Amino acid sequence: MRKDQTLGEFLRSQGVSRRGFLKYCSATASLMALPPSAVAQVAEALATARRPSVIWLSFQECTGCTESLTRSHAPTVESLIFDAISLDYHHTLQAAAGHGAEAAREAAMEENKGKYLLVVDGSIPAGNNGYSTIAGISNYDMLIDTAKDAFAIVAVGTCAAFGGLPQASPNPTGAVSVSDIITDKPIINVSGCPPIPVVITGVLAHFLTFGTIPALDALGRPAAFFGQNIHDRCYRRPFYERGEFAETFDDEGARKGWCLYKLGCKGPTTYNACATLKWNQGASFPIQSGHGCIGCSEPSFWDKGGFYDPISAGNWGSRDALLGAAAAGAALGVGSALAARARKRKAQAQEEA
Amino acid sequence: MTLLEFASGPGLQWALWIFVFGVVWRLIGALFLLSRKDLTKPREYNSMKAGLGAILSRSAPAHAFEKSIRFQHVTGYVWHFALFVSVLFFAPHILFFKSVLGFGWPHLPNTIILVTAITATAVLIALLIRRATHPVQRFISTVDDYISIFVVLIPLITGILAFAHFGARYETLLAIHLLSVEAMLIWFPFSKLMHAIMTMPARYQAGTAFGRRGVKA
Repeated sequence: MRKDQTLGEFLRSQGVSRRGFLKYCSATASLMALPPSAVAQVAEALATARRPSVIWLSFQECTGCTESLTRSHAPTVESLIFDAISLDYHHTLQAAAGHGAEAAREAAMEENKGKYLLVVDGSIPAGNNGYSTIAGISNYDMLIDTAKDAFAIVAVGTCAAFGGLPQASPNPTGAVSVSDIITDKPIINVSGCPPIPVVITGVLAHFLTFGTIPALDALGRPAAFFGQNIHDRCYRRPFYERGEFAETFDDEGARKGWCLYKLGCKGPTTYNACATLKWNQGASFPIQSGHGCIGCSEPSFWDKGGFYDPISAGNWGSRDALLGAAAAGAALGVGSALAARARKRKAQAQEEA
Repeated sequence: MTLLEFASGPGLQWALWIFVFGVVWRLIGALFLLSRKDLTKPREYNSMKAGLGAILSRSAPAHAFEKSIRFQHVTGYVWHFALFVSVLFFAPHILFFKSVLGFGWPHLPNTIILVTAITATAVLIALLIRRATHPVQRFISTVDDYISIFVVLIPLITGILAFAHFGARYETLLAIHLLSVEAMLIWFPFSKLMHAIMTMPARYQAGTAFGRRGVKA
């Protein structure tokens, strides 16, 4: 793809019809909670958009986010838009390595100063810079250097957005999120382990259409995708209301597709678009395939108790502590009763005297 | 640490410690008060029969007051029944008890729980209004009564809101619901809420004491 080619030209060259393109624009506009009148604007802007320069930094991550975004089964418009961006640096995907690759990053930064999107996946080790380096440059230094001239930062995946798995207790590397380090740039948190591919392309489409970042929720996530919780949109919700729960993963309730609340589903406290957008071209999502939501788009989801503990389960501490409280109560009870008796005897003695 | 993590972790632990500490303290203290020297020869009586008889006889209104306390009597039963069903047979509650006690029991459908919870809330509000407006009730009420009603009412209201996902995010509502239950647990041993534990033993004790003296309870 040529650098000066517009997105519209690129999509046409890939065999995407006008109808297919407009369908995508309508879906994107509704996904982003835009009014129907905005569809034409989305289509116009996307068709004439030049390839935005994107620099992708991978820090303490498992490559699952990159896999999620690049391994779509069919060439959807979403994946083509992803292909159409000028991905000037992505050390997992690019052929160049070492200093050559770093030179490409520096060149892209210089050429698109103040205009490029910086995508980060993975957390940053704040405990010791040596835990994760690229071409001898620490993650921290590379983030600071690359972020300074970026238009905005997209923190892809829960690790970049909130610290994720590397930050899980005992957090050996002192892992932190992008927003823990960068405070003077707009940051869009596209959380999830991994995030839904269409969410990242939706954010890119918004950026291409309006040249701004989308409305965000309190955790810096695009409100259009993370505004509702899984439980409220779950097709198994009626079973919850009727009190029909799977008790184990292979009982009758599980086979009948009943609610997975008792098996630790974190749907009620998880905000993501899985229940509506689903995965693999809308084929399914974890709850539909029979496993409860693990809450992967929420901060500290690894440390919120067991994945199979119900949300309403309490961490009531140890039995010994409760026995200790009971023993202390008993001691005080005996003590106060003895003191009361002593007072009574004294009063009686005084009365008799 | 989020509000929900605090509410379902350290908050719950502290509340349970204070609850257990306070309940044991008051129970042991009360048990020690029981031993009393007999000043006359006890009558011949069956202590269990006398005790259980008192529990039963005091579960119905005394005949002389039957008409004047009918409203209170009926609403009292409705309120306690609705509360017990809501607390003990809502599936998420049973999972909570299971995490504390190690065992669970069958639950009721959410729609039934919603009806009982709304009933319990409405009845308690009605009783609160009556207490605040009825001259006699108002006269005999103390701060303890009002606080005790308040700390029971708030978990009911927050529970219904959390169930309906209404007013705030579910995790926030759930955290507030848990914190309100914890406030109730902390207040419980030191207040009239102790009646939940004390009522039956107290009736039993009164029955046996009357039995010893040959009084029909």
